[in-house]
Amino acid sequence: MTASEPSAGEGQGFKAATAQWDAGAASGDCVVKVGGDWRLESPVPSWKGLCNLKAAANVRVLPADLGKWDTSLLLFLVHGRKWCVESKHQFITDALPENLQTLLRQVAEAAKAPPQAQRAARTIFERTETWATKLGKDARDNISFIGECTLGLVGVLKRPHQFRWVDCVVEMQQCWAASLPIVSLGSFLVGVILAFQAAIQLRQYGAAIFVADLVGLSVVREMGPMMAAIILAGGIGAAFAAQLGNMKVDEEIDALETLGISTVDFLALPRLLAATVMMPIMALYANVLGILGGMFVAATMLNIPAAAYWVETQNRVGLGDVSSGLIKSVFFGLGIGIAGCLRGMKCDRSAAGVGKATTSAVVTGILLIVVTDAVFALIFNVLRI
Amino acid sequence: MNLNPPANVIEVQNLTCGYGETVVLQNVSFAVRPREVLFVIGRSGCGKSTLLRCLIGLLKPFQGKVLYFEKDFTAADTNQRREILKSFGVIYQSNALWSSMTLAENVSLPLEEHTSLSAADRDEIVALKLTEVGLAGSGALYPSELSGGMKKRAALARALALDPAIVFFDEPSEGLDPITSRDMDRLILQVRDILGTTMVIVSHQLSSIFRVADRVMVLDRDAKGIIAEGKPSELAAKSSDPRVREFLRQGTNAEERSDGPSVDEKTEALSH
Repeated sequence: MTASEPSAGEGQGFKAATAQWDAGAASGDCVVKVGGDWRLESPVPSWKGLCNLKAAANVRVLPADLGKWDTSLLLFLVHGRKWCVESKHQFITDALPENLQTLLRQVAEAAKAPPQAQRAARTIFERTETWATKLGKDARDNISFIGECTLGLVGVLKRPHQFRWVDCVVEMQQCWAASLPIVSLGSFLVGVILAFQAAIQLRQYGAAIFVADLVGLSVVREMGPMMAAIILAGGIGAAFAAQLGNMKVDEEIDALETLGISTVDFLALPRLLAATVMMPIMALYANVLGILGGMFVAATMLNIPAAAYWVETQNRVGLGDVSSGLIKSVFFGLGIGIAGCLRGMKCDRSAAGVGKATTSAVVTGILLIVVTDAVFALIFNVLRI
Repeated sequence: MNLNPPANVIEVQNLTCGYGETVVLQNVSFAVRPREVLFVIGRSGCGKSTLLRCLIGLLKPFQGKVLYFEKDFTAADTNQRREILKSFGVIYQSNALWSSMTLAENVSLPLEEHTSLSAADRDEIVALKLTEVGLAGSGALYPSELSGGMKKRAALARALALDPAIVFFDEPSEGLDPITSRDMDRLILQVRDILGTTMVIVSHQLSSIFRVADRVMVLDRDAKGIIAEGKPSELAAKSSDPRVREFLRQGTNAEERSDGPSVDEKTEALSH
């Protein structure tokens, strides 16, 4: 009985792997002859039905024109041995090549040894405990990092000449360069969308000019700073986390710590300040583009002259409205910077860790933006700004 | 495992390679015989890693040929290249284990990509491979949970997944303590003797060279090629090039200091 299919390599200098029961064996043993070329590309022959075990005392494996072989033959023999152990027969391989027998011995010894590492299944309580412990550790890390940043900022105010201003300016340039095109497009389109939505309602009452009021107020108080912040969280927050995460993986952060250099002062503060300073500038830019978007729709679709639109916007949007948006944006920048630097510096030492840190930085950044916005909405409402 | 092997498993003919305008190696020719353990050594910047990158197809040579089993790797089309790639495994200096996968998944991936084995058979082969390198039962661990020596062994298990005829090592003892480094050397010889695998090893570790190497090839930055080749003990004693003698004699001293087995004793050491 031939238990194998022709090998994939047949016709290219390979012979099919064969495993045959020798029915004519005189010893009374079940003799299986293995021959041909054994390659991983071909399926491993099955032992089921290969030999008549009822009549046999032992299973003896013999080489018969055995050509090239690899792990597939070893796997076949391991299956055979397992099968013999289950059916209480002796498995004899002493006629096989010595190196093949050595491999079989290694596998048998490894099977006897207790497993080195087992990942035991954990109960829901254990998982909850792990989760809660991790949450507690994360919270401590976050608070400690914010504390270190605060102390670092105080240190900058006391000793401004020691601060790495060049690094800060480089980070500002990167914030600006990376985000400008997307902020421009995003904010302009937000202005366009708001104007369209407002026009549908206000035109019914012959109040199309008030599109300027609605777009102006919405953009400067909420949409401009928010749009710029979300884009910066995706671009700059992720970049901070990836840069610092890679530095952690390459042990650059360890090198700074062993030199006694504060990683927060050296790495986090320049980035944090850059994000905090650039965020209101980007928000102001987003406000201008948003208003221009509204003006574009008004001029092209609603037949409102650009000058009239601008005058209406000036009349309705005051310095307080603009300031409220800009004040919020300072805190948005701070949140983005903290999320990016914290996630990067606490990143796991692996490629997957850097990926997780980057994703986490963006998610945390956006979450902080929304929470900050809600807090300021409440404060401005109380203060009637 | 090849019973009728060709005369040379690797043949490099007039290889010139480098980066951009810079030529690192010029007109390099050599051959590697079956079951041989060949060490490529030389001072930093001599082109060892560049040669390795050319051999494994990560760097296109400016000119010349690399032949595996008499098939031209440099001019191979996509299908031929895929077939040749299956004939060798590589262990990188940093091990390059995929950090998001367990050891078992790391070893299993080449089998998934290149064979049509069932998942159950793949799992059994992975277990066999981990056993061969002394990591039985560690398949569920992630690379970050392993020591340096275990990572090297895991990288070897992955390189051996498809039973390649050749394994390339880039600095196998890098970052390992002397005992773990000696274990790694023993494992290299064990794999060669049991599986018949040809080994090409780029290394600085002189004690390993004297323990493991059948032949050594010395590269030099100024010569942009091979300045000597032969058995390590013979080169250390008789090479006409003082650079080679100086380089290898430090290895002899290191070996004496570490009280390790001589070249003649290495086969005996394997049996223990």
